[in-house]
Amino acid sequence: MISLTINDKSYEVDVDPETPLLWVIRDHIGFTGTKFGCGVGECGACTVHLDGAPVRSCSLQVSDAQKGAITTIEGLSPDASHPVQKAWVAEDVPQCGYCQSGMIMATAALLAENPHPTDAEIDDSITNICRCGTYPRIRKAIHLAAGNKGEI
Amino acid sequence: MAISQLNRRNFLLSAVATTGALTLGISLTGCSQDSVRPGKNSETQTFNAFISIASDDTVIIQVPCSEMGQGVFTALPMILAEELDADWEKVTAETASADKAYHYRVGWDDQATGGSYAIAGWYAALRQIGAAAREMLTEAAAEKWGVPVAECKTNKAVVSHPASGRSLGYGALVGDASKRPIPENPILKSVDDFQIIGQPKPRKDTAAKVDGSAIFGIDVKLPDMLIATVKTSPTFGGSVKDYNADAALAMPGVRMVVPVPAGVVVIADSFWQAHKAIDALNIIFDPGPHAELSSDKISETLQMGLDEKGLVAHEKGKVHDALKDTNNEILTAVYDTPYLAHACMEPMTCTADVRDDFCHILAPTQFPTNVQRVGAEITGLPLEKVKVDVTFLGGGFGRRFEMDFIEQAILASKAASRPIKLIWSREEDMAHDFYRPISRIRYRAAFDGKTGQALALECRLASPSILARVEKLPMDKVDRVMVEGLSDQPYGFSNARVDFIRKDLGVPVGWWRSVGNSQNGFIRESFIDELAHMRSEDPYQFRRRLLVAEKRHLGVLDLVAEKAGWNDPLAKGHYRGIAVVMSFRSYVAEVAEISVQEDGSVKIHKITCAVDCGTVVNPGIVEAQVISAVIYGLTAAVDGEITIQNGAVEQSNFHDYPALKFGELPDIEVHILKSAEPPTGIGEPGLPPAAPAVANAIFAATGKRIRSLPFSKHGLTIV
Repeated sequence: MISLTINDKSYEVDVDPETPLLWVIRDHIGFTGTKFGCGVGECGACTVHLDGAPVRSCSLQVSDAQKGAITTIEGLSPDASHPVQKAWVAEDVPQCGYCQSGMIMATAALLAENPHPTDAEIDDSITNICRCGTYPRIRKAIHLAAGNKGEI
Repeated sequence: MAISQLNRRNFLLSAVATTGALTLGISLTGCSQDSVRPGKNSETQTFNAFISIASDDTVIIQVPCSEMGQGVFTALPMILAEELDADWEKVTAETASADKAYHYRVGWDDQATGGSYAIAGWYAALRQIGAAAREMLTEAAAEKWGVPVAECKTNKAVVSHPASGRSLGYGALVGDASKRPIPENPILKSVDDFQIIGQPKPRKDTAAKVDGSAIFGIDVKLPDMLIATVKTSPTFGGSVKDYNADAALAMPGVRMVVPVPAGVVVIADSFWQAHKAIDALNIIFDPGPHAELSSDKISETLQMGLDEKGLVAHEKGKVHDALKDTNNEILTAVYDTPYLAHACMEPMTCTADVRDDFCHILAPTQFPTNVQRVGAEITGLPLEKVKVDVTFLGGGFGRRFEMDFIEQAILASKAASRPIKLIWSREEDMAHDFYRPISRIRYRAAFDGKTGQALALECRLASPSILARVEKLPMDKVDRVMVEGLSDQPYGFSNARVDFIRKDLGVPVGWWRSVGNSQNGFIRESFIDELAHMRSEDPYQFRRRLLVAEKRHLGVLDLVAEKAGWNDPLAKGHYRGIAVVMSFRSYVAEVAEISVQEDGSVKIHKITCAVDCGTVVNPGIVEAQVISAVIYGLTAAVDGEITIQNGAVEQSNFHDYPALKFGELPDIEVHILKSAEPPTGIGEPGLPPAAPAVANAIFAATGKRIRSLPFSKHGLTIV
């Protein structure tokens, strides 16, 4: 049995300890907002927080996530009121939307650590892939959420 | 299902049959009773196949196209809501299940999303449907009040009679209204009265896409559902020789092993269990007839093809005299473009529930009615017993037009007799796409050196054919999608000819965002740039000169030149390139501004776009789509290439088939030309000019002409 804390709630799951956290979150716990994109930590669609830090849950064994507090997109806020989510709505960011949970989680973690990132810091920190090319609106939304209105 | 609702539908159906007019889209053909959905709200009444109205006047609109990022979930309801006079804030959208009611009314008799056709194909029909419903609601109110219809007005889902001060919401009128005869020629609004169309309304799917609640194909849950994954022959045309089912079945959670064409599906309690078990199968494949195929061999075949007799795709006058005359200025150039994968963010997924007497398929698909036909074919059930629901699509780009993953899910569920959600790995997705066809083109052009007259343009294209598979195109017919952008090229040459040399190579090819225009746009616009330089003419003015009769081409060219400051001096070390391509009946011109760094790497600073897509329904979505297409096109141009070795794809994931990320992207600016023309495509047309605009700027900067893609092949890094 593996014990996990996800979105402030405790779960016990009977899984192979090598199972990537992503699939435990999706198939065993049932939160599907966290997405599978590549399985090798390249695209970031599976980004969740482990003790506030962004991790690519497709490449993290569930046994290594036992001790920390895991937050998924469903737990970022109860009602989409997190500043990053509000900024995403204000800039009407998503297109297909598949990468956006990961983008939002990566951004929320960035802003928690660096409340006013420059464009260069965004470039370095947000390495997620969006095949629809929503990057320009994401950048605007990050600055909006950071409250620095696009200044760099 | 309430009897009254069934009766109402039957009544409307007969009304349609009687009038024979462009209808409100009522049809029960091939659908179960649930497929014309009454909406999520139990207090909602169905008006017709497109419209349901709740008691609080909320209007639920069935969207007949698949939402894959391009914005149909918002833009199509905007069209209908405008004519209906709905309250936009109280409009909700749902993706329509597969049904004949949702076939396009013109141009394409299917429920399908592709060809940048959603807005173009539905604009007139959705206006009619909205306007007819508004008239019926108004008539219902007028009858109730005993007043003339002409004295009633509608606004924000309310019918009012100003003279008596009475008003009723649509929710209170829908029952009566839907029983009225459908007007044959409803009166449409004047464009000047539009309140919704033309506005940058926020997307209706944004909320669900920022809190994780949007349901994509991979998120479907059904009772008793199991999860499956698949591995098929890495070699194209290969087959399964042997595998160790017992080894897989001995693993925890593994329930069943199902052979499918050229591969094996493993069904388990969870994806990870299925994924691990796939490897344990130790499948031995027979590589089949293409085991020796390689990119080198493909390249040789295409090169030889350039000198073979082809099919004439276009001919105007005779090109040969001018091309032989040594007094003329002649230029010959050979261009190459590679296979490309779609790499949708969501790998291929499909959920199927096949039972003895019905089949339910829930899929992120661009082609719901074909899914329904495939479901009927595989299960042997009649069409009306196959229900197809469309989830959000985690990207489409043409890939989700295909049926391979749908068929596998249906076969797996049929074998298991319970719901199966099939999820591909990224590796399976990369190795088994229907790729953008590889192509090789030889262009030759002749100009009168003295007068500058464009005498002849000859184009020979050697490539596989998409329609060979899709339409079983015979060998003696030109593949029209492979020559788009070539045979209809707009430049004023006195003589022109395009030959198509078909080479079927064994690698599956299909629809890739902007299809033939994607590679042909790059090649043509690069070659036109070569000709401008041969003639020592400014590339923008040269295009203008040869496009003198092409008003809409000139419109976007002039706009982009103005907005990009084509005639203004550039910052030191900066260079520009320009390109213009019409595709899907929309016109897009782009200017790229770049600089070359000390280490030889190229920085793309800015892409300025000018777009003429006719009437604009939602400028915010148009802007987003053009930016999206530019980034998709640039990603491919910079380092996108699928290569073949031993009959199989060499790339496997985003590490060797990368996508542009933050820091690698230029600023992209979109300018929309004001137009009263009917709306045309926007999901794809931004793509074709992006690569040639950059390549032409690279030539301006370095004198190096890029005649093959991707740029990375030429030692060029983009920073």
